[in-house]
Amino acid sequence: MSGTLNGKAAVTGIGETAYSRGTDKSSIGLMLEASLKAIADAGLHPKQIDGVIPYSLGPVAEEIMTGLGLEDVRFSVQTPMGGASAVAALQAASMAIAAGVCNHVLLVLGRRGYSDSRVATRLAAMPQFRLISEFENPIGAIAPAQLYAPMARRHMEMFGTTTDQFAEIAIAMREHAILNDNAIMQKPLNLEDYKSARMISDPFRLFDCSLESDGACAVIVSAANIAKDTRAPVTILGVAEGHPRSPSTITQREDMTTLGLATAAPRAFDMAGVKHKDIDVAQIYDCFTYTVICEIEDLGFCKKGEGGAFVEGGRIRLGGELPINTHGGLLSQAHIAGMNHIYELVRQLRGEGGRAQVKDAQIGLVTGYGDLGDGSIAIMQGAS
Amino acid sequence: MSDGYIKPLPEPSIDSQPFWDALNEGRLVFQACGDCGKLRHYPRPICDSCYSDQVDWKPSDGKGFIYSWTETHHPFHVGFRGETPYILITAEFEGGVRMQTQLLDAKIEDLKVGMPVEVVLMRATGDLTLPLLRLA
Repeated sequence: MSGTLNGKAAVTGIGETAYSRGTDKSSIGLMLEASLKAIADAGLHPKQIDGVIPYSLGPVAEEIMTGLGLEDVRFSVQTPMGGASAVAALQAASMAIAAGVCNHVLLVLGRRGYSDSRVATRLAAMPQFRLISEFENPIGAIAPAQLYAPMARRHMEMFGTTTDQFAEIAIAMREHAILNDNAIMQKPLNLEDYKSARMISDPFRLFDCSLESDGACAVIVSAANIAKDTRAPVTILGVAEGHPRSPSTITQREDMTTLGLATAAPRAFDMAGVKHKDIDVAQIYDCFTYTVICEIEDLGFCKKGEGGAFVEGGRIRLGGELPINTHGGLLSQAHIAGMNHIYELVRQLRGEGGRAQVKDAQIGLVTGYGDLGDGSIAIMQGAS
Repeated sequence: MSDGYIKPLPEPSIDSQPFWDALNEGRLVFQACGDCGKLRHYPRPICDSCYSDQVDWKPSDGKGFIYSWTETHHPFHVGFRGETPYILITAEFEGGVRMQTQLLDAKIEDLKVGMPVEVVLMRATGDLTLPLLRLA
């Protein structure tokens, strides 16, 4: 069964708005702006879009179709997995294309994550957080930082993971953001800055937490036989989603340090037919510093418990063995819920990474993580 | 019913109402499968092991141990603004069921995985009793 989606689809276009803290544009306005940029980047006319996958929160597909004047959309779906949605949408788009339903699927995610209601107030209203709302909000566990902190603490207690290792992730992401003109955080960050920042929910200090930001990002996934004639297609070799045990609450999860990505990653690697050593660059969903460590393990780059040591020594920085989040990530570029991670992987595999370009990057991966543990992964290859 | 109480209130479901009712009567109960006996929390309609819809509510002695924790410093909700920092424990009880709730009267630097805790019931409003924890 594996291999069915290998090479069936390619990303042909990417587009992003300016990322900011504060905007005078609406979410749908931002989304349409990013969509038009991605469509133009793919060399398409908007009316050629025949599939639409919007982020599961915010303006719906109908608004996008109306806004772009689309005339023949054959497929529209959502992948409601929080931060895993964008990469999971790569799988849904690939499936629609492999089945012959669509030629060009638009994935778009836009938000006023800074200007509208902030994260702590949004969660309680989401149906996937029903049990958290009933049992954990009343005792003061409200926001993701508080729900994920016990996962990080458990990892620290079981495996000796340290806050200095968390800091290395925050510092590396910042170093990369500074090379990116469309990254919000431009001031250098050192270990002292990290340690002196205020505590949010132990062990997470301010710079362990991702940004809240405004902006939109869009990606066009096209059928491989059409994509080959476009300017710079990036082929999807392997793609998968995975769900953790007890997806609706972290608390009841047998092993709090293993996420849905652990089941998705081996499927994606098998489908892609590549090994870990073949990965030149990785964009890993970084809502918190700790989640990067957990995902590195669940991806199979090292054993469970060894992710803290893995990130040390410059390995994940540009020039290191496995550069991670070369755009600055959610921690220092902007929180565009991981659509910006797909954008960055495509940019890298096209050799258009600018000052953050990983030399000779051919094959890379991108992950999504969200809704308390859902995971998604895509392995992609540039045209050589 | 809850004049002046500004913290988030639970919205019990058909499946969870007996849990909250028992707390109001001063008892901690966990849901157990009426057929195979497997304990589960948070309450839900069927057993994920044998798929029976038969439910027993099993009294708990409230004794458990620390699985993990966090200490919250940033007030994410207006109702907790005056209480930071506060400790949230993921506690494990008999049968492997867990709860995340506040630990009272403790210091974060003293906490360890496996440390014993016990539930104390705290009347929050006229019709809400919350299960909190103390070190045992």
